[in-house]
Amino acid sequence: MGATAMTSTNPAHLEYVLRLGDAALIHGQRLSEWCGQAPVLEEDLALANMALDFVGQARMLLSHAGTLEGKGRDEDTLAFLRHEGQYRNPTLCEMPNTDFAHTMIKGFLLGSFNLLMWSRLCGSSDKALAAIAAKSLKEARYHAEHTGDWVIRLGDGTEESHRRAQAALDMLWPYTNELFAANPTDDAAAAAGVGPAWSDLAEDWEKAVLPVLKHATLTVPARTPFQTYGKFGRHSEHLGHLLAVMQHLPRSFPGATW
Amino acid sequence: MERKEWPLWEIFVRSKNGLDHKHCGSVHATDARMALQVARDVYTRRQEGVSIWAVKASDIVASDPDAKPELFDPAEDKIYRHPTFYKLPDEVDHM
Amino acid sequence: MYTQALDIPPGEQPKRTPDAVENAAYQAEFDARIDAGATIEAKDWMPEAYRKTLVRQISQHAHSEIVGMLPEGNWISRAPSLKRKAILLAKVQDEGGHGLYLYAAAETLGVSRDELTEALLSGKAKYSSIFNYPTLNWADVGVIGWLVDGAAIMNQIPLCKCSYGPYARAMVRVCKEESFHQRQGYDALLAMMSGTDEQRELVQDAVNRWWWPSLMMFGPHDADSPNSGQSMRWGIKRISNDDLRQKFVDATVKQAEVLGVTLPDDELKWNEARGHYDFAAIDWDEFWNVVNGHGQCNVDRLAMRVKAWDDGAWVREAAVAHAEKQAAREKAAA
Repeated sequence: MGATAMTSTNPAHLEYVLRLGDAALIHGQRLSEWCGQAPVLEEDLALANMALDFVGQARMLLSHAGTLEGKGRDEDTLAFLRHEGQYRNPTLCEMPNTDFAHTMIKGFLLGSFNLLMWSRLCGSSDKALAAIAAKSLKEARYHAEHTGDWVIRLGDGTEESHRRAQAALDMLWPYTNELFAANPTDDAAAAAGVGPAWSDLAEDWEKAVLPVLKHATLTVPARTPFQTYGKFGRHSEHLGHLLAVMQHLPRSFPGATW
Repeated sequence: MERKEWPLWEIFVRSKNGLDHKHCGSVHATDARMALQVARDVYTRRQEGVSIWAVKASDIVASDPDAKPELFDPAEDKIYRHPTFYKLPDEVDHM
Repeated sequence: MYTQALDIPPGEQPKRTPDAVENAAYQAEFDARIDAGATIEAKDWMPEAYRKTLVRQISQHAHSEIVGMLPEGNWISRAPSLKRKAILLAKVQDEGGHGLYLYAAAETLGVSRDELTEALLSGKAKYSSIFNYPTLNWADVGVIGWLVDGAAIMNQIPLCKCSYGPYARAMVRVCKEESFHQRQGYDALLAMMSGTDEQRELVQDAVNRWWWPSLMMFGPHDADSPNSGQSMRWGIKRISNDDLRQKFVDATVKQAEVLGVTLPDDELKWNEARGHYDFAAIDWDEFWNVVNGHGQCNVDRLAMRVKAWDDGAWVREAAVAHAEKQAAREKAAA
């Protein structure tokens, strides 16, 4: 196995990949909660497809993170056997589904971010990560399109759907601050050519997101100093509950394989 | 409140280049983009297609099954349209 | 898919209405085509009772797929590995897809999906009663794949050749995808059986609970389903309930052995003379109790469907409203 050879000596590299992997894992887990509950059968299948894409991305990214770490942890050890403070997903990912508007707004804000992220990561100096990016980029295009279309339908639909979409945007928008907060991990990863500092994506992200929100007749909330720190391991109260459910079996049957 | 059902779209999938689009079922969607997106999720979950057509079911004009005799029977005696009509020598019969 | 052979109520027996008499020539042609094994297509003339029976059977079948998403869906968020999570999610998604193919087939008979959905949510329409049992441990997911989907496959393969074209074609599509379901279930159980004692106990517990309900999925004994004959005559049903059930038992015994689980039936043994396995009597009281609404999960399952539908109303309305606005804008711009 080339695992040892691929172990990274750059801790920022591992941290950077874990953020991506955990973001996919937690977002995928939330999307999968919709299965069997969607407003219309066609959308049930679409949500499941997106959830499957994210679970698939999480598997590749966490496997890769395990390799970079070089301590023998595989995708499942990382997904199921860490403590809350060891997850590195942005807080936005773990926010509850609440209603269809929340899920679509969140999916769109994250999806637009992922689209930029993956297209930049296709050129990563980490070849394994670049390969994951090439695959994920295709999926992200669909996610951004599908959720973006729904944001427009809901925003520019009925009075009720507009109200719900606006409420979801007001609630979730402040959590996007965290996506673009500068930090040393990003600086080191960018310097090593692993991937872009997330803060560098802010401008392009707004260029992608704002026209859709405008088309949806939604009002973009003013930026506030609100800060969350999920990608540093300090999460909302929601994550603990999500993990309690998700980790239940591997924690209850230590050492079992499934 | 008055309830409105989402329109029905008939879905046709080309399974690979070189083949015709083939009817495979229908979906409900409120616009063409949605119809294509959900058709992809419903009918190509296992890489069954490279191209999808979505046609509003209400826009399809179909022949009347009771008119079958006048539409299709006239072709019945034009057997010369079928390759099997022509008996060729065995050596060239793969033509 | 999860058909359960349910009887055709007496009211739906074909009867000589004035319309049918008027259409005697059509009727004769229809009968001749059925006898010749021809396929009936959506716009062909068909007796009203044939159409009604199909609508009932196809929609029950579709409802079963949709409600069938719930017991297994119950474990998606708790799947014990990412691989199993992905497989289960894909499987439950397939069930939604199968429901969709089947609703589409039913819609060719002149009913709308909303009408069919309303019949389900109001409790008027039936779905396979197997889904009114709870999924209590992770092995239930595997056992549902192995036994419940296995029983369903037995039921559905003959339907690929049923006389109604759109139903038969939907079933071909369903069947193609279904063998993945049974195999993934069995594979998940194999993994658990080669694990710890605790895991093996989970599997046996699940088998004990699902074995008899799986046998009930084939419906009442032939002698107790007097109306099956009509469905057979119409080519909507091809093999009798008891024959299918026997075929299922015969196929499953060996699979249980390989897996290393015990099927909960002391009377289960090979009968050389019959060339089949004998098995104990089925508790039909339990079957009818569950069919008639007294299963542990009847209320929960339906309540969940109702909630999803009601919670989604504003979304469905929004999409329609937006499409109308768009159309008006495009018209104004033209």
